[in-house]
Amino acid sequence: MAEYVHDTGGPLFHIGRYMLMVKRSFSNPERASMLWKEILRQMSNIGVGSLVIIILISFFIGAVSAVQFAYNLSGSMVPMYFVGYVVKESMILELAPTISCLILAGKVGSNLASELGTMRLTEQIDALEIMGVNTFSYLIGPKLIAALTMVPLLVIISAATGIGGGMLAGSFTGYVSISDYTQGILMNFVQKNIFIMLTKAAVFGFVLTSISCYQGFYAHGSAIEIGKASTRAVVLSCIMVLFADLILAWLLLN
Amino acid sequence: MIEVKDLGKKFGSQQVLEDVSTIFETGKNNLIIGKSGSGKTVLLKCIVGLLSPTVGHVFFDGKDYVAMNIDQKNEIRRELGMLFQGGALFDSLTVEQNVRFPLDMFTKMSASEKLDRVNEVLKRVNLVNANHKFPSQLSGGMQKRTGIARAIVMNPKYLFCDEPNSGLDPQTSIVIDELIMEITEEYQITTITNTHDMNSVITNGDKIIFLHQGKKHWEGTKETLFMAENKELIDFIFASDFLKEARDVRLNKLKAKQSKQ
Ligand SMILES: Nc1ncnc2c1ncn2[C@@H]1O[C@H](COP(=O)(O)OP(=O)(O)OP(=O)(O)O)[C@@H](O)[C@H]1O
Ligand SMILES: [Mg+2]
Repeated sequence: MAEYVHDTGGPLFHIGRYMLMVKRSFSNPERASMLWKEILRQMSNIGVGSLVIIILISFFIGAVSAVQFAYNLSGSMVPMYFVGYVVKESMILELAPTISCLILAGKVGSNLASELGTMRLTEQIDALEIMGVNTFSYLIGPKLIAALTMVPLLVIISAATGIGGGMLAGSFTGYVSISDYTQGILMNFVQKNIFIMLTKAAVFGFVLTSISCYQGFYAHGSAIEIGKASTRAVVLSCIMVLFADLILAWLLLN
Repeated sequence: MIEVKDLGKKFGSQQVLEDVSTIFETGKNNLIIGKSGSGKTVLLKCIVGLLSPTVGHVFFDGKDYVAMNIDQKNEIRRELGMLFQGGALFDSLTVEQNVRFPLDMFTKMSASEKLDRVNEVLKRVNLVNANHKFPSQLSGGMQKRTGIARAIVMNPKYLFCDEPNSGLDPQTSIVIDELIMEITEEYQITTITNTHDMNSVITNGDKIIFLHQGKKHWEGTKETLFMAENKELIDFIFASDFLKEARDVRLNKLKAKQSKQ
């Protein structure tokens, strides 16, 4: 089946093997009930496990954006409720999905790569294969499905927290009152932006999870490799998330 | 019965196995012996299909495994169990869950039937009161036992053991070896075991094949092992300093015989 060989090829070899991995991850699961259990486990792993750090960072990003923007506006002709509007727009369109996913790339990505890398090097993946388990759909499929559902949820929470953080910081520093800020939030509400945010979240989630799984699943060599694989997973995920961000911005905003 | 025919395996330009042919018999513990790096693990992995051979065939009771598609291979895989060198237990699962895993995955047994079966095999390998421990909480010997339990829980027709006694003390090694022997005879399994432990070779070798640098240099039984006329095998058997004299005697005899011919 999936003989794992050395990286004999360059980028094309990896891209091809990556594509095959993704395809196989969504095919012929053995046991729906086993799969479901695994999906739930991964959902809590990805979702619950990252909730606190996402909330923390989003809050501060929202707060800092509000304060800095208010500082720039002070003394200008632009009304202060604009702060609410700008924080909302930037959180939804860019900061919530991108920053969250960069954090997730670091946290979840390294986690997944080292989990799978350990399984590979300790022959647990071989053991599954010997039993006749489709290792792709059992090990990687649930992680991808969990990411596709949990990452958008986390991004919604991130956006809400960021906007809330801006509101608190604005009123705490005395730049914008809560009612002004709220007026800004409600101003010119574009539904499409929410759609863009969720699309970004799903795509980034998929990208970072699949890349990290790839690095772990095809790890080989000694234990040092696990560390290297998870570093590669994080770096590559971050780069590809940003790259996908650019592509999506271009596709969706046109 | 498992037959290997003209098997060869290359990694890039490195020829790891060359022209290996042999028959592994049912109800016997068939040993593959050889130095570290001689290709034992690669041979085992080619037989079970974790690696695909560059050339050659593997027949499981006459069926050509190499030529099968994935579904057909998976049929055969349901009938084989493997004990890995490092145990390869799933470390997020307890002993009980590890052993139950194949049942969960492939059978429609009820929860209580599964538990009964799990306890039956755990008892068979003498591992009681460890059901709820995680692999990290087990000693090396207990991990091996759990591995064996998991490998036999589905009543396999074929059992593969990669160095079942590496990392174990001599006494525990013997216990594990005996366990594998007993299970093999009791259930008439075709067992293939990799080892470089001379102790288990002498006691367990119903059938032995000796690999050297990826080639089969000799095959026979524990009874014929010490009479073998193969320089590499003699070096392998009498490797310790303690046996140096015996080795020299054997090698001189071999040389004398060869020069006569
Ligand atoms: N996946 C692989 N890719 C490339 N070379 C490999 C691979 N696996 C094994 N080899 C090479 O094949 C040769 C035989 O290795 P193998 O693991 O079969 O030895 P072994 O007889 O099992 O040794 P040991 O007793 O130490 O386990 C070694 O030279 C090894 O470097
Ligand atoms: Mg080996």
